[in-house]
Amino acid sequence: MTSIVASRREVPATFRRRLVVAVAAVLVLFGLALVRLWHLEVTEGDQYRSLSENNRIRLKRVQATRGTILDRKGQILVDNRPSFDIALVPEDAHDVPRTITKLATLLNTDPHEFAGALQAAAHRPPFEDVILKRDIEWDNIVALETHQLELPGVSVQVGPRRTYPFNDMAAHLLGYVGEVSQKEMADRQGYRLGDLIGKAGAERYWEDYLRGVDGGQQVEVDAVGRKLRVLSEVEETPGHTLVMTMDRDLQMAAEKAMGDHEGALVALDPRTGDVLAMVSRPAFDPNVFARGIKKSEWRALLQDRKHPLNSKAVQGTYPPGSTFKVVMAAAALEEGVVNPFTQIFCGGGIFFGNRTFRCWRPSGHGNMNVHEALVRSCDVFFYQVGQRLGIDAIADYAHRFGLGAPTGITLEHESGGIIPSSAWKQQRFGEPWYAGETLSVAIGQGYVTTTPLQMANVMAAIANDGTVYRPQFVKRVETTDGQTIVEEKPVVSNTLGFKKTTLLQIRQALSDVVNSNRGTGSKARVRGIEVGGKTGTSQVGKLGAERTKQGHMARERKDHAWFIAFAPVNAPEIAVAVLAEHAGEHGGTAAAPIAQQVIAHYFGVADDDDATIRQTARLSF
Amino acid sequence: MRQFDRRLAYHFDWLLVLLTLAVAGVGLVTIYSATVATTHTGFTANPLVIRQAAYAALGLVGMVGAVFFDYRRLERYAYVIYAFALVLLVMVPVVGSVGGGARRWINLGFVSVQPSELIKVGLVIALARYFHRARATGDLRLRDVVPAFFLLAVPAVLILAQPDLGTVGVVTIVFFSILFFAGLRVRSFVLLAVIGGAAVPLLWHHLKPYQQQRVMTFLSPEMDPLGAGYHVIQSKIAIGSGMFWGKGYLHGTQNKLNFLPEQHTDFIFSVFAEEWGYVGALVLIALYAALVLRGFQVSYRAKDRFGSLLAFGIVAIVFWQALINVGMTSGILPVVGIPLPFVSYGGSSLTSMMVALGLVINVNMRRFSF
Repeated sequence: MTSIVASRREVPATFRRRLVVAVAAVLVLFGLALVRLWHLEVTEGDQYRSLSENNRIRLKRVQATRGTILDRKGQILVDNRPSFDIALVPEDAHDVPRTITKLATLLNTDPHEFAGALQAAAHRPPFEDVILKRDIEWDNIVALETHQLELPGVSVQVGPRRTYPFNDMAAHLLGYVGEVSQKEMADRQGYRLGDLIGKAGAERYWEDYLRGVDGGQQVEVDAVGRKLRVLSEVEETPGHTLVMTMDRDLQMAAEKAMGDHEGALVALDPRTGDVLAMVSRPAFDPNVFARGIKKSEWRALLQDRKHPLNSKAVQGTYPPGSTFKVVMAAAALEEGVVNPFTQIFCGGGIFFGNRTFRCWRPSGHGNMNVHEALVRSCDVFFYQVGQRLGIDAIADYAHRFGLGAPTGITLEHESGGIIPSSAWKQQRFGEPWYAGETLSVAIGQGYVTTTPLQMANVMAAIANDGTVYRPQFVKRVETTDGQTIVEEKPVVSNTLGFKKTTLLQIRQALSDVVNSNRGTGSKARVRGIEVGGKTGTSQVGKLGAERTKQGHMARERKDHAWFIAFAPVNAPEIAVAVLAEHAGEHGGTAAAPIAQQVIAHYFGVADDDDATIRQTARLSF
Repeated sequence: MRQFDRRLAYHFDWLLVLLTLAVAGVGLVTIYSATVATTHTGFTANPLVIRQAAYAALGLVGMVGAVFFDYRRLERYAYVIYAFALVLLVMVPVVGSVGGGARRWINLGFVSVQPSELIKVGLVIALARYFHRARATGDLRLRDVVPAFFLLAVPAVLILAQPDLGTVGVVTIVFFSILFFAGLRVRSFVLLAVIGGAAVPLLWHHLKPYQQQRVMTFLSPEMDPLGAGYHVIQSKIAIGSGMFWGKGYLHGTQNKLNFLPEQHTDFIFSVFAEEWGYVGALVLIALYAALVLRGFQVSYRAKDRFGSLLAFGIVAIVFWQALINVGMTSGILPVVGIPLPFVSYGGSSLTSMMVALGLVINVNMRRFSF
């Protein structure tokens, strides 16, 4: 107890003096609170009572206008337009089922359609709108306006609607928007039922920039829910503008060049990895999603055997066929298994193990060096090279080009393709690698698969002297008044580290593929521009046996046609990969003309010129 | 137990207990109304009411328990108690759970504790000790109170990080109340005000535009008619529509139609005033005033500085929170998320404040014992 007694200190007089002030402060401040409450509850009580009885003050959201998407030249790719939506405040409707039935008869639709929307909004805050139908037609608006008094709680609201003026053009790259799902609302902050969110492509990956900030109004409404006056308002902040690396004109030219072919086309700027054009066929129309896709439409899209929603450019994997010889040639020269002068004899095939591996040219090519083997796409030369390299060295070089792994482009579900190795096979099948399998790999068949984007990137790396970029499709993000807030810089994902001469020799060979009379890619010639490229024909069925009878085969068993190209050879500005699925023709006949049109467009060479060039090319055979 | 003789029991302050129970009773009744589900078969009580009643019972036990030892013992352990509350606060960013966009709770399995509630009382105890032992008496200069500022700064920064600006505000204002009570010279307050006034524009200038925007929306949420601004107008409609006599218990339409945000916590006063009218509000505020003034009386009569400071500081918490809460729900103060003491739903706040009032009773009982 002593310590307690020792620490006792008398209460000083100051405490007591100041306590008097504190008592006064408490009384005055509580008094002021009571005055305030008197003002609210008694002086203005009547007004507040009537406001509470009619629930007259409402909160109206003003949907933010989504940012537009422009191409690299500032041309519109994705825009917004006004749309008229029917909204219902169930609390104002009094008899909801009756109102809905009446509405349905007026609009000539099924009332069940609205019931679903109401059910989904069951837990919304009171007196908040439920959007029953988006984007109604003009005569319906007129009909609604004239019957307003019979439809209490129903109103027509104007809001921005996402619109894709070029429909399915670059649909896989631009993506689409749709109503936010329950899962997305749980994962992200600040989304409410009925909000739109980017579901795929640029719309999805740049959602945070494109979205903008919703505004809102406190409004006073009358008994049927019509707006009387705005009490206070916060304006919406529109989303930022996305500037794509894509060139709309080039994209259109590429779409046109693809014609009726299914497959994909990718054009890159080899100096930066920028995507200049990206086509996947068949495509879909993102406008369908923007106006609210019907269940049946969605199911049809999902069940379509041609998978229009999938981007073949990044998700589709195909054996690269002879285009893979570019990688093989680089590996061979770098590893020193051949030098530029090494000759290998092609007699139309080689015997390995217990079977014959044929060259595509049954009569053989004779003596081949690496240059000629690329120009004439000799299989036997590369069978031999493949044997000398071995599968694991091939895999190593393919990986350096970025094959066998996703490029890292920010698009959903990108495939990495397959680059087989002995370890891969052991893991996958529990079996050792057989030397014979290396021969198939050497000509881009067997287990090897790649995406069109990867092959465009391989071409770009060869064109730019050895830098593998991560392809990207957004150049920058701008505010609506043109200030740049995000600038995308090229991202280097790997450097090949090859000898200067290796890539130079390959580029020279690829130029001859197109420009020499012996080459397989002469249909890619562009007047005045030196184009380099490589053809490829990848087999869907078994190697060898049925390869000559394409015309009579079922479509899904026909060969794919590849062409990868870059131009101009001396200072490349564009790299292209074209894949025509089941074209049933060679890369040189089905895919090369498509790449030719894209490159010609890029360099501004007119169409009629192309025709003459192709004519001369044909004559020179 | 030697000390707890009949004389002590005689001085047990029944009035403070009754006032506390009356306000807590108002809380339970109003939380019931704010959370009850109305169905055609009648009313279904929300489990939150039961929980709050359990916390009230726990608080009552703590309140009575807090009188069984000599409060001067607390003075010795004041900094230990303060440090303990601080440790809990430090743990929040590490093991805390998020609620309403901020990380404020520590989950102990069966119950979650909100350390920012405990630190309010912890700070008062620590300050009481600091000024109890302060060498100078009466006329304090700024240099005499510098260490006290550190006692405030550490928890304030931690709470600011949660972020819970409202609680920081309450802790700060309670701190200055104690400073005033302890005798800091008026001219020192003037000096602090001048320094503060000069620092604000300087700091403001250094903030980025978006940071300024954030501060602005905090200080005047009415600017955002979608969020807090909408809540304020609905809260004002609720209170105002109660008129003089109220709409009657369980008949508050603003409450029942879910127009009020956080209707069982921060906006419980709106529910109460809607249903009980001006008369109810007057009675509730009178109860608070009686409680606070009774606490002041205890402080006035206390036999030592520690007891006096303790009683004053604790009722200062009650006073400022009640005032700020009524001010924000009636639309004259920014919506800063301060609970109405003993009334708003929340176990940490209710229990810790009841125990703290037990300490006030403790001080009152022992004013004759030495």
